[in-house]
Amino acid sequence: MVAKKKTAKSKVKTSVNKSSRNSADSMNVSSRAKKPFSLKPNIPPGPISEKWEKHKFNLKLVTPANKRKFEIIVVGSGLAGASSAATLAELGYNVKCFCYQDSPRRAHSIAAQGGINAAKNYQNDGDSVYRLFYDTVKGGDYRSREANVYRLAQVSVDIIDQCSAQGVPFAREYGGLLANRSFGGAQVSRTFYARGQTGQQLLLGAYSALNRQIGLGKVKMHCRTEMLDIVLVNGHAKGIVVRDMVTGKISRHSAHAVVLATGGYGNAFFLSTNAKGCNVTATFRAYKRGAGFANPCYTQIHPTCIPVSGSHQSKLTLMSESLRNDGRVWVPKDKKVAEKIRRGELKPSDVSEENRDYYLESKYPSFGNLVPRDLASRNAKEVCDEGRGVVASGLGVYLDFTDAIERLGENTVRERYGNLFDMYEKITGTNAYQNPMTIYPAVHYTMGGLWVDYNLMSNLPGLFAIGEANFSDHGANRLGASALMQGLADGYFVLPYTIGQYLAEIGEGDRPSLDDPAFISVQDEVECRINTMLSIKGERTPTSFHRELGQIMWDKCGMERNKTQLQEAIKLIPRLRQEFWSNLKIPGENASLNQSLERAGRVADFLEFGELMCRDALQREESCGGHFRSEHQTTEGEAKRNDDDFSYVSAWEYMGENKNPKLHKEPLKYEEVKMTQRNYK
Amino acid sequence: MNLTLKVWRQENADDPGHFEVYMAQDISPDMSFLEMLDIVNEYIIADDGEPIAFDSDCREGICGACSMVINGVPHGGQQGTTACQLHMRHFCSGDTVTIEPWRATAFPVHRDLIVDRTSFERIQQAGGFISVRTGSVPDANATLVPKGDADLAMDAAQCIGCGACVAACKNASAMLFVAAKVSHLSLVPQGQPERERRAIAMVKQMDKEGFGNCTVTGACEAVCPKEISIDFIGRLNREYGRAILKKGNA
Ligand SMILES: Cc1cc2nc3c(=O)[nH]c(=O)nc-3n(C[C@H](O)[C@H](O)[C@H](O)COP(=O)(O)OP(=O)(O)OC[C@H]3O[C@@H](n4cnc5c(N)ncnc54)[C@H](O)[C@@H]3O)c2cc1C
Ligand code: SF4
Ligand code: FES
Repeated sequence: MVAKKKTAKSKVKTSVNKSSRNSADSMNVSSRAKKPFSLKPNIPPGPISEKWEKHKFNLKLVTPANKRKFEIIVVGSGLAGASSAATLAELGYNVKCFCYQDSPRRAHSIAAQGGINAAKNYQNDGDSVYRLFYDTVKGGDYRSREANVYRLAQVSVDIIDQCSAQGVPFAREYGGLLANRSFGGAQVSRTFYARGQTGQQLLLGAYSALNRQIGLGKVKMHCRTEMLDIVLVNGHAKGIVVRDMVTGKISRHSAHAVVLATGGYGNAFFLSTNAKGCNVTATFRAYKRGAGFANPCYTQIHPTCIPVSGSHQSKLTLMSESLRNDGRVWVPKDKKVAEKIRRGELKPSDVSEENRDYYLESKYPSFGNLVPRDLASRNAKEVCDEGRGVVASGLGVYLDFTDAIERLGENTVRERYGNLFDMYEKITGTNAYQNPMTIYPAVHYTMGGLWVDYNLMSNLPGLFAIGEANFSDHGANRLGASALMQGLADGYFVLPYTIGQYLAEIGEGDRPSLDDPAFISVQDEVECRINTMLSIKGERTPTSFHRELGQIMWDKCGMERNKTQLQEAIKLIPRLRQEFWSNLKIPGENASLNQSLERAGRVADFLEFGELMCRDALQREESCGGHFRSEHQTTEGEAKRNDDDFSYVSAWEYMGENKNPKLHKEPLKYEEVKMTQRNYK
Repeated sequence: MNLTLKVWRQENADDPGHFEVYMAQDISPDMSFLEMLDIVNEYIIADDGEPIAFDSDCREGICGACSMVINGVPHGGQQGTTACQLHMRHFCSGDTVTIEPWRATAFPVHRDLIVDRTSFERIQQAGGFISVRTGSVPDANATLVPKGDADLAMDAAQCIGCGACVAACKNASAMLFVAAKVSHLSLVPQGQPERERRAIAMVKQMDKEGFGNCTVTGACEAVCPKEISIDFIGRLNREYGRAILKKGNA
C-alpha cells in the first residue's frame, strides 16, 4: 500500500484520488471494506526507559514542506483536543477542530479542580519518573500497559514547562518558584495547581495556543458542531459527518486522519460529575464502525460529592478530594439515630462522640480518611445500605470539620477550603463551618475508552483517540490529578509525533473526496436516523429515558456489581431501548436549534453503550480498581484480583445490530513492576 | 413553591421575539435555577410545545455557558454566582420571574436564551495568547514569578468568558472581559514580549465587533460571577495607553 501511494499525485483538495484503489473498491461502502479485527499494541522493544526515545527516532517523519499538504480532523477541544490541534497546526498540518459548545474553552476539562501531576521533583522529596510510573501502575491495580504509563511519566515534566510558558498562573511560593501539594494520598508532593481551578487554567493555556493557530488560519474551528458519525474508506478513517447545532445542517468533512478527543462517558449513569453535554457518541460510533472499545466497565466513583437532593437532580457536584485531609467521615452507630436525623428530629451535634462511627478511621487505621477513592466510596455505600445514612434520601454520610476547626482555627480552614465551603453553601444552603458537610459517592471518570496502540491509533488505521476518550494509561483506577496530565501528554507530546508515522505511510494523496460513496452513505444513515427519531412522535422525552437508563446503570453496574444484577441489566436495557425507538417524543424539527434532538441522539447511543458496559463487567470475574464484583472479595471485604485469568485489556468488537459483541483480549505483561495486592489497613 | 415565569421566546435571529408566560409548579427550594427550567421544559414538551432553549454545560459555575438575565440581572443577582449555581431557595412562592437572553449587538440571539458569543472568540484569536511552540520552552522554574504577580494574574484569569459583564452594561461594553484577559497575560513575565501587540490587537478587535465604550458605571463588576475587579479596566487602559506610546496605533 505504501509503495502504491508514493506514485499518487497529490490532488489533495478536491478530486477523488483512487490511485491505489480500483474502481470496484471505491464503490465500497465502509462496512464492506472492513479488515479483520486485530489488536497489535506496537510496544517498542528495549528497556522501558529507552522505549519512547528510540521509538521517536524510528518513527517516520513527514517533511516540513509536506506537512501543509495534510489535513487532520480533531474532534474535541478539551485539554487533549485543544493541545493536539494547536501543536499539529504549529507543526504545519492543516487542522479542523470540532466541539459541541459555543467555545472550545467550555470543554469539560474546564471543571477540573484539584491539580495536575508531574514528576518534576521540585520539592526534592524523592519523586522521579520511575516513582510516578510505579504509583500509576499500582494505582491502576495492574490493569494498564506498562510502556504507555512510563512514557506518560516521562513527558509529564514537559507539560509543566509548556503550560508555564503559556502563562498559566500556577500557584507560586514567595521566592517565585512553583508550589506543589500532595494529592489523593500520594506520598510525594508532585501536584501543580492553580487555586481551585487547575482545569480551567490549563485549558485556557491550550485554548490560547489554539486561538493563535485559528488566527493564523492553520486551524479551522467548528463550534456548536456535533460529530454524529465517522467515515471509513477502505477500512481507513477518513472523515466525519457532523450536524450544525444552530441550523441543523448535516455536512461531511474529509481528512487524512481523524483524532477523537471527545472525553469520557460517565453520563451513561445520567447523574455524574460530568458536564451535561458529555457523551459517548463519537467513540461509540467509531466502535460501531469497527474500532475496539476497551474496558468499558472501568468507571471511577468519586467519594466526595454533594448527595442527590431529589428526583429533579440534573447533575452532581464534586467537592475536591483535598477535603478528606482535614474532614472526618462518620455516620451514627445506631440505625435508629440515623432515622431520626433523616426525619430532622436530631441534629448531628446531638450525637455524642461514643455514638458516632468514624468507619474509615476504625477500619483502616493507617490511612484513615485518606484511603483511595474506591474504598472510601464503597464504605460509604455500605453504611448507607445498612440504614445509617444521614440525608433525607438515606444516601449520604457526614464529612465533619469540627475537629479541624478546633485544632487549626476557622481561619486556617477557610484559607485551605474557603472556595469549597462557599460552593457547598451555594448548592445546599448549609454553612459547613457550623454543620458537618454531607457527601456521597458519584460517577466521576471513565478509565475505559477506545482501544489504542502505543501510537494512540485505534485498530482502525487513521483513527486516533486521546485524552479520556481512549482506554489509556489508568488501568482499572485513575489516580487524582492524572487525567489532566494524560490529556496534555497525549495532545502536546505524543500524538503529534506518532501521527506522523501513519501520514508518512499513506502519503498526501490519500484523502478521499467528499463525493466518495462512503461519505454519501454515512451521511444518508445519519439523516435517516435523525428522521426516524423525529417521526416516532411518542410520549416520552429523551431525558426521561436517560434518567431511567442511569438508574439501571447505577443500581446494577455501579459501585458494586454482581452476576445476577448485571444479567438483569442486560435484559432491561434492550427493553428500554425498544421503548425509546417506539415511544420517543422530540418536539420541533431538524432544521433549527433543537436541544431535544441533540439529547435524543446522545441518549440513543448511551442506551446501546450501557449494555456493553454491563457485558464487560459481567465477563470480568474479578474485582480490580473501580470494578468491584461482590462475588470476588477477600474475607475483609477488599477487592480480589485474579491476575492469572484477567490481566488483560478487554476490547470489544461490534458484530452488528442485535448480535452479541465479541470480546478480544490484549494480554498485559508486567516486566518492571511486581504485581501485589493493595493493602491500606 | 409555585412561580410564574415570563420567558423570552425567539425562534431564530430573524424572529423579533416575544415574552411567553409559564407556570412553574411544585418547585423545590433545593433545585438549581436551571433544574427548575428543566422541569418546566418537560411540561412544555408534554403539552406539545417547544422547550425553552438555553445554554449550559458544567452546571458548576466554571464553563461560562449559562447565560440568562433573571429579573433584569445577568445570572440573577446573587453575588459571585452563575445562573447554574443559583438555587431556588432564593425565590418565594408566588414570585413572577422574568427570564431573557443577554442583550447586546455583538451577541445576536440564536434562539430563546441562547446567544452567539463568537465575538469573544475573535477578540482572543486576535492576540489573547503567548506565542510559544510546543516543546520549545525553558524549564518552568527557570522563570521566577513573584507570588504577588502570580496571584493577581490568577485573579484576572478566573474570568469564565460568560458575557454577563456585557449584558449588564448599558453601553454593552466588553471592557471587563478584555481587561481580565489582557491583565492576566501582561502580569506574568512570560507575557512581556508581546505585551503591547496584544493589548492593541485585542482592543482593536473589541471595537470592530461592535461592543460599546466603557463609561465606568461598574455594572459589570457587580454581576460578574467571578467577581473580576473593575480595577482591571484601569489596568487595561494603562496597558493600552502604554502600548500606543511605544508602538503607535498599529
Ligand atoms: C468535576 C471534575 C473534576 C476533575 N478534577 C480533576 C483534577 O483535579 N485532576 C485531574 O487530573 N483530572 C480531573 N478530572 C478529570 C479530567 O477533568 C478529565 O478527565 C479531562 O479533563 C478530560 O479531558 P479531555 O480533553 O479528554 O475531554 P473533555 O475535556 O471532556 O473534552 C471533550 C471535548 O469533546 C467535544 N465533544 C464531545 N463529544 C463530541 C461530539 N459528539 N461532537 C463534537 N465534539 C464533541 C466536547 O465539545 C469537548 O470539546 C475531573 C473531572 C471532573 C468531572
Ligand atoms: S469578566 Fe466576569 S462577567 Fe465578564 S465574561 Fe468574565 S466572568 Fe463573565
Ligand atoms: S453551566 Fe457552566 S457556568 Fe453555568
